Amino acid sequence: MEALELARWQFGITTVYHFLFVPLTIGLAPLVAIMQTVAYRTDDERWWRLTKLFGKLLLINFAMGVVTGIVQEFQFGMNWSSYSRFVGDIFGAPLAIEGLAAFFLESTFLGLWIFGWRRMPRGLHLATIWLVALGTWASAYFILAANSWMQNPVGYAINEEVGRAELQSIGAVLTNANLGWMFAHTIVASLATAGFFVLAVAAYHMLKGNDVRIFRGTAAIGLITALGATGILGFTGHEQAQLKTDLQPMKIAAAEAQYETESPASWSVFAIGSLDGEELLFDVRVPYLLSVLATNSLEGEVEGINDLQSQAVAEHGEGDYTPNIPVAYWTFRVMIGLAMLMLAFGAYGLWQLRRGRLESSTRYLRYAIPMAVTPFVASSAGWIFTEMGRQPWVVQDVLLTADGVSPSVSLGEVALSLAGYTAIYTILLVVNVGLILKYARQGLGEERSPEDVGDALQY
Amino acid sequence: MDFIDLPALWFLLIAFLFLGYFFLEGFDFGVGMLMPAVSRDDVDRRVVINTIGPVWDANEVWLIVAGGAMFAAFPEWYATLFSAYYLPLLLILLALIARGVAFEYRSKRDDPTWRARWDQAIFWGSALPALLWGVAFAGILNGIPIDADREFVGGFLDLLHPYALLGGLMTLSLFLLHGGVFLTLKTSGDLVERARAYARRLWWPAALTTAGFLTWSYVNALTQDDFGVVPDLVPILALVSIASVSWLLREGRDGFAFLATGATILLTFGTIFANLFPRVMVSSTDPAFDLTIRNASSTDYTLTIMTWVALALTPVVLAYQAWSYWVFRNRVSRDRFVGASTGGDDGEAGEDASG
Repeated sequence: MEALELARWQFGITTVYHFLFVPLTIGLAPLVAIMQTVAYRTDDERWWRLTKLFGKLLLINFAMGVVTGIVQEFQFGMNWSSYSRFVGDIFGAPLAIEGLAAFFLESTFLGLWIFGWRRMPRGLHLATIWLVALGTWASAYFILAANSWMQNPVGYAINEEVGRAELQSIGAVLTNANLGWMFAHTIVASLATAGFFVLAVAAYHMLKGNDVRIFRGTAAIGLITALGATGILGFTGHEQAQLKTDLQPMKIAAAEAQYETESPASWSVFAIGSLDGEELLFDVRVPYLLSVLATNSLEGEVEGINDLQSQAVAEHGEGDYTPNIPVAYWTFRVMIGLAMLMLAFGAYGLWQLRRGRLESSTRYLRYAIPMAVTPFVASSAGWIFTEMGRQPWVVQDVLLTADGVSPSVSLGEVALSLAGYTAIYTILLVVNVGLILKYARQGLGEERSPEDVGDALQY
Repeated sequence: MDFIDLPALWFLLIAFLFLGYFFLEGFDFGVGMLMPAVSRDDVDRRVVINTIGPVWDANEVWLIVAGGAMFAAFPEWYATLFSAYYLPLLLILLALIARGVAFEYRSKRDDPTWRARWDQAIFWGSALPALLWGVAFAGILNGIPIDADREFVGGFLDLLHPYALLGGLMTLSLFLLHGGVFLTLKTSGDLVERARAYARRLWWPAALTTAGFLTWSYVNALTQDDFGVVPDLVPILALVSIASVSWLLREGRDGFAFLATGATILLTFGTIFANLFPRVMVSSTDPAFDLTIRNASSTDYTLTIMTWVALALTPVVLAYQAWSYWVFRNRVSRDRFVGASTGGDDGEAGEDASG
């Protein structure tokens, strides 16, 4: 066991954990803003009550995203100091801009939103929640700009003398080909997360017979958001897969456990047996599909792992340049499989809603509650795929993960921090889920004016 | 921007961000530590927490931006500092996590055990960073073992030099005092008197540690020859400032007392940063291994971009943050919480109707 391994585990655990809360915040903040906007325009008490319910849930979730985010920024320097020295000239800028442009915005206006209900005109107060939502989206953009540079380094040159990558064009970094689709993909995934979350809360209360008229409308908001977003996910995912076929062919080959270059390439639905290309016991394949997915043409060539490995050796010297194939293969399938399930589930629900049958479909409503978990699992799988699929590189084709770790940090120190984070994160997850369930079950409450909503949200 | 010394400018900006952070989160930490002591009941505790409720998160962002700016402008500083102070930063992060969640979650259940646990998180989550930030910044100035590769080569105990520990005690007691004075301005009724009584008692440790730390720093500066600016005036003003707090509190001029505790924090950290300049990490192994604003900085291109970004955004951020303090300028009163919050765990909306 080396510090490197534990540092990777820590990064993986803390990042996946952080990203359990972030998508719900990114998706739910604009939905709460919309609810408050309707409440503001109609002064209909039903909308104030909904704003309070989902506002409270947003806040419970928001706190977790905020506190786990600080760890993310600090651990580059703590565990990955060599990485930080090497990429800081480029990578630090989007992080600093994220803080200045996004974190100040969301934190200041979140404070104004929570505590400002009685202290400013309603219209101005409404603006604060929109600024919070804007802050969360801006934050996603800048951090994904940083991550996109790791996937597809652009706008830089290596300075051999000081041994680091140096920024040549900030424009190239902020308009990285990888960034636009990744940002869109993240935003719609977040909206899908929030949509299914809202649907689940509404379904619970429809089953209980609480405020059914209001929650039927709420379920419609959830369903439309969830279905619309999941539909778009297909396109943004497809565009990303095509880009990666060009930019990170190894990641796509690993996702398919495809060892030989194929043209046309079939898509593996399900494979049993060793994924090392030797003994495939059972494999269901759809002909041509991978070619279409990756290149938009039936006959498009998709490179295999073996060819890519030899190319990498020729370019970078001896070494193993293949990621962990089973992890890449299965996380990719979990992500896509769950997205398909979300799509089907959302479409069926909307169909029921249109026929006026949603309320009476108790079985559907019962399934809608655990369905809220699927987007979280799908997002986590997507991130594990995109980060593990890039290995052994931390910056694609530029810096190996093994060369990024902090030389001065000992195995014991990393073990201690890994244990510390895992312990506190486990406790907080239990507490957080408990509170979300409690307040989701509590339902609409009696707050029928914005002032009452404000009193219910403060500490 | 050839006419500007960009690394020097960014050293100033980062110092500005940390000074702002310690001024603002300094009182948050103090309030968090004093919360159990000044409160008589749960309503008091809610009043105390709500004095910083609207602002603590944005105050903490000053730290995140300072860290981000350090990463962008001085990657070597960021890398050496964060990997060297691994365990203190781990403790600070765990503390900030527990404390931040505690603010939001504490009132979400009407259960005394639940609230008492979060109160512990708020207390320790405030006390640990208040102590450790002083240990860290005094240690940076005093020097830690750093080799030619800019890597920390010491152990945990090398971070606990007596000078660094004194720095920690100083920030701990200064932040306590700062928070106590803040509470005299933001609470109402009996709480104001209790907060003032605590502040007056807390003045002693704050004044003694500050005087001790500044004297030790001054002697260090005289006996070493590789420090930058000799900031005679800055530490002297810090001493004048902390001395005035005692008098201002006795006269009941709480507003000025708060400005004076804030000024003490700014001037003390100003002394540290001025002494540090143009170095950013001091190597106790060999002055040749010091990290400076020259050998630790990003390229001029990156610094130029970041300067434009900072010029464009900082005034806007300062304006809306100042506005949020204006919005929440009133004292928090007990009336907001009395008679509320008796709902119980299954208690529908009653628990939240704190009107």
